[in-house]
Amino acid sequence: MKFRAWLALVAGILPVILLSVVLFLALYSKQAIHFNGWGFVVRNTWNLGNLYMDPIMRHGFQVQPGATYGILFLIVGTLLSTLFALLFAVPVGIGAAIFLAEAIPSHLRTWISFFVELLMAIPSVVFGLWGYVVVIPFLSRHFFPLLAATLGRLIPFFAGPTGSGYSLLTASIVLALMIVPIIAATLRDALVSQPVSLREAALGLGATRFEALWKVILPGARKTLIGATFLALGRALGETMAVLMVSGNALNYLPHNIYDPISTMAAFIVSQLDSALQDPTGMAVRSLAEIAFVLAIISVIVNGLARLLLLVWNNGQRTAAV
Amino acid sequence: MSTVTSTLERPLSKRRQIRLSRRIVSLGGWTLSGLCLLVLSVLMVWILMVVFLRGAGALKWATFATITQGNGGGLKNAIEGTLVLSVGALLLAVPFGVASGIYAAEYPNSPWAKTIRFLADVLVGVPSIVVGYFGYVAMVQWMGWNFSVAGGSIALAIICLPYICRTTELALRQVSNDLRDAAYSLGANERRVVLGVCLPAAMPSVLTGVLLALAVSVGETAPLLYTAGWSNFMWDGHLIKSPIGYLTYAIWTFINEPFASANRLAYAAAFLVTGFVLIINVLARFVLERRARQ
Repeated sequence: MKFRAWLALVAGILPVILLSVVLFLALYSKQAIHFNGWGFVVRNTWNLGNLYMDPIMRHGFQVQPGATYGILFLIVGTLLSTLFALLFAVPVGIGAAIFLAEAIPSHLRTWISFFVELLMAIPSVVFGLWGYVVVIPFLSRHFFPLLAATLGRLIPFFAGPTGSGYSLLTASIVLALMIVPIIAATLRDALVSQPVSLREAALGLGATRFEALWKVILPGARKTLIGATFLALGRALGETMAVLMVSGNALNYLPHNIYDPISTMAAFIVSQLDSALQDPTGMAVRSLAEIAFVLAIISVIVNGLARLLLLVWNNGQRTAAV
Repeated sequence: MSTVTSTLERPLSKRRQIRLSRRIVSLGGWTLSGLCLLVLSVLMVWILMVVFLRGAGALKWATFATITQGNGGGLKNAIEGTLVLSVGALLLAVPFGVASGIYAAEYPNSPWAKTIRFLADVLVGVPSIVVGYFGYVAMVQWMGWNFSVAGGSIALAIICLPYICRTTELALRQVSNDLRDAAYSLGANERRVVLGVCLPAAMPSVLTGVLLALAVSVGETAPLLYTAGWSNFMWDGHLIKSPIGYLTYAIWTFINEPFASANRLAYAAAFLVTGFVLIINVLARFVLERRARQ
């Protein structure tokens, strides 16, 4: 066989892996998908049923009496924590990228960018450790009461009680810190590579340096920003360990304010597998697989979309940063 | 005369007013963006300080010399396990990753290469817990391997593969086309040109990519929780049906324990993992920076 054909064949492992991850999860959770139906995403009860009784037949499936699987609280938790994380991360990422690209001399820029972007290399579980050990005590003692006393008077969602510190807001802050470098790095690259003539034209028309940046250079990098935000969104949706350690792992509970505990789809899989294994019918483990399957589909769509946007908008050039 | 100066002056002073407000906005913009960068740097320093100061206090000789015993002891088993799992993952991922990277770089415009490149980017974004649960379903349950080195390594390899593919591709793209042309004109065939000329030329960058993948695999937790399990003992050499310990599990579990000795193990593990990951990243940056300058 020709060398090129061999390479093409070996490279085929990537699509095979992606496909088999999705297919395996789909096949394994097939019974759960049939049993749970569409109610899976609108019910707010995850209940393994009575594990001390004999399994019964329901809708043609063997399950424990009283077993219901619904993940509305996970969907709400995942969406809210991701949304708040993006609300913090996008402005901070834009600010950091602007300052790195425009205000710092280029010989320093490389190393300061590198330092900030090292945040991407820090393992998720270390973020979790940091969140658990120092951020939660700090927020629950000092920041949350302050926030509830000020912003809480205006917006009910920010009003107390401020709880234990394991919260939607804590998870969002830690998540935000994890995804900020994705936005900052990608946007900084795009800002630096904007044509110099654009800036010169803006300055020549009497704009200040910041106006040239804000009104001319930054709009030119708008598409990169959108793509990077999607990438960050994908990362935040699937983040596991850090969220697991700071979110409070709420069960069957919808947050009433921003200080309430939540759980996300990714974190729930880790926190529940041990107890799901107690279910002799296996339906609980299959329902967890259904969550993983949904998460896989969502992440493939979000990441695929992000990469497509970045590819099309950058004329086929991939971003170098992330 | 006086009317002339007054008409001249009025718009002038007005213009100065506008300029002042614009200056304030600009200054405010720079300040805010600088603050964003400052906040990020401070948080980064804060994380590093927590990990390294507390970790350094928790490290003792016994940490390296003894295995985990209940809520204390050392991390010898976990250090060994992390090495075994990561090396296993690299053994699996490097051949496939480098081959895919070569294909994506050398035949960049073929539809298959475009597909590979795109799917590698998508696979990077698949949450690690999804890969972990896939590993649980496919290897622990379906293949019946139970918690095992093989299961953990394969799950980690899936995480590493797209990274290696991508860094190899970028490394080969930096190799000048003159080199390829020269090799072809000397009569070398495709295989010789790619494996004998381009790959050696790109080797430092390729190896850097492999090291970065190693750093990723050392720092991963979620893919291992339900594939590798955890063990308090040293690895018994079996590839399947025997669980193995690893450092990130120690961070996650022992920080939640109400015992100071367990917490110390968590800090020590965090120190080792973070230190290793950062050293590799800094080294990699130096290598890549130097090569980019050449």
